[in-house]
Amino acid sequence: MAMQKPQDFSAGTSPAETAVQIVGLQKWYGEFHVLRDINLAVARGERIVICGPSGGGKSTLLRCVNRLEDWQRGRVVVDGIELTDDPKQILAVRRNVGMVFQQFNLFPHLTVLENCTLAPIWVRRMPKKQAEELAMRFLARVKIPEQAQKYPARLSGGQQQRVAIARALCMNPNIMLFDEPTSALDPEMVKEVLDTMVELAADGITMLVVTHEMGFARQVADRMIFMADGQIVEINAPKQFFESPQHERTRLFLQQVLH
Amino acid sequence: MAAMADTPVLYVRTAPAEQLPPPIASTGFIGWLRANMFSSAGNTILTLAFAALIFWAVPPLVRFLFIDAVWSGPNREVCLASPAHPEPGACWAFVRVWLSYFIYGFYPIAERWRVDVFFAALALGIGWLGWLSAPRRDLGALYFFVILPVLSFILLYGFPALGLAAVPTNLWGGVLVTIVVATVGIVASLPIGILLALGRRSELPAVRWFAIGFIEFVRGVPLITVLFMASVMLPLFVPQQLEPDKLLRALIGVAMFASAYMAEVVRGGLAAVPRGQYEAARALALTYWRMMGLVVLPQALRVTLPNIVNIFIALFKDTTLVFVVGIFDFLRAIEAARGDPRWATPVTATTGYAFAALFYFIFCYGMARYARSVEVRLSRSDRR
Repeated sequence: MAMQKPQDFSAGTSPAETAVQIVGLQKWYGEFHVLRDINLAVARGERIVICGPSGGGKSTLLRCVNRLEDWQRGRVVVDGIELTDDPKQILAVRRNVGMVFQQFNLFPHLTVLENCTLAPIWVRRMPKKQAEELAMRFLARVKIPEQAQKYPARLSGGQQQRVAIARALCMNPNIMLFDEPTSALDPEMVKEVLDTMVELAADGITMLVVTHEMGFARQVADRMIFMADGQIVEINAPKQFFESPQHERTRLFLQQVLH
Repeated sequence: MAAMADTPVLYVRTAPAEQLPPPIASTGFIGWLRANMFSSAGNTILTLAFAALIFWAVPPLVRFLFIDAVWSGPNREVCLASPAHPEPGACWAFVRVWLSYFIYGFYPIAERWRVDVFFAALALGIGWLGWLSAPRRDLGALYFFVILPVLSFILLYGFPALGLAAVPTNLWGGVLVTIVVATVGIVASLPIGILLALGRRSELPAVRWFAIGFIEFVRGVPLITVLFMASVMLPLFVPQQLEPDKLLRALIGVAMFASAYMAEVVRGGLAAVPRGQYEAARALALTYWRMMGLVVLPQALRVTLPNIVNIFIALFKDTTLVFVVGIFDFLRAIEAARGDPRWATPVTATTGYAFAALFYFIFCYGMARYARSVEVRLSRSDRR
């Protein structure tokens, strides 16, 4: 396989450079084998885009990285902390891993500002004033500081998703997970969210993105991962991935999504 | 296809359509009447039927309660039928004479100021917490949940070291007992009910089975049975000197009973919170209790607020059942007083019950109205 940087995608990079290390991950939902022998190492600052047919385990894999899902076999090490059943380890990982959901999942009973300051205040123990300044800074960065006092229900889908990104950033995470962030948006709002994510990518934060936005993937991904049937079918640099995919399944999938 | 001929393919408005006032029949009093009272044949019949019902029921009620009523007097003579007063109305004189008994029961007369202070302290606490934009509501919560219970106990039960003579609970009665039982039931049932509801969804089997067992057992038994068990069966198992106070036993019974119902209502609210809310909270590294306290419960309690208030109202009225274990609540005090031979008239019982109905109605309707206003206020985040 012809590959550009980084050369080594399996285990082997030194811990200081590895943001996420997944070894032999296996997960079953009842009888259904949803993740099959997943091995992946993500370097610090790397931007990974995961695509593939639905039901292929993309979201499940992403949700294992902050342990929203548990698994039966294998190891996941995030930022040098191994995710075990120990709640302390899990919380330690979650403090450094931000997540953005398909359905935004903003807290509807809190204002935009309160959504953003909740975790800094209660998890980081930040004074309220400081948390609000921080939140306003990130809201300005996602270009909606004027909505701070509104409740989420009054915002458009694109605005809500940008608030969700700001909310995750307020925890100052080392790693950001995006689980189909634009799939629930009206078409005219997809761009504003993708633009925000492109800016974020330029800042050098480690990103794992599950998305069907192939234009975005081409623009920001360091590596593309194609998943189907609970397996990683192909990992490739974006240029090669789109121009000369190596695996038959990848080729079929790309034909369907790229027309 | 005929309609198509009327619609030109191209149409451009030449002059703007002016804004006109609505036709008279759709606004104003006449319009309101038509829309709300006589909008259809069925509604017209209902309107007339209810009008007839009101004309049939309200004037006699007003005459009995106010016009023919006797407002003061020393004894039954004033409330009996006489040539000057052939149709005696409500005997409010009876209520006036017995009012202090209705409020305090047998609480010693010299110590009744303590009950008044308790009522005032409670009203302050409820007002502080209930007024949603009151200053320092955190202090209000501290006052209501920590200071007030201690203060109330010292005031009502007595604290000889402070010069407050002990007043055993068998002397308590009337409104005092009703308020104490209802307040303790309401204040205890919400947190206990929330804990039980969380326990019922817990991943720890021991916690879950305890919660399910408690809820299903208490819900499966009438309140009267819970009270009887608390007052009759408990003494059989506990040595006499350790036997808890009779009122305390009833309080525990009522609180347990309300908690079980509260747990089921809260469980319904928890189920209404989308899974994504839990996930978002967990992804932000909130611990279980913070996730519940900051994200899930505020939403769950909001959707269940009408049901929670429903339980509070039912509980307030259920306090009348404590009479079965020999506690003199407000209704029982009226019951006892109406047997007073000095006031034996045909209207004494009716008057007493009318007074009781008024009392319960004011409290229950007050709770309902207050809850409604809170709902309106909380719904602001739903507004688009």
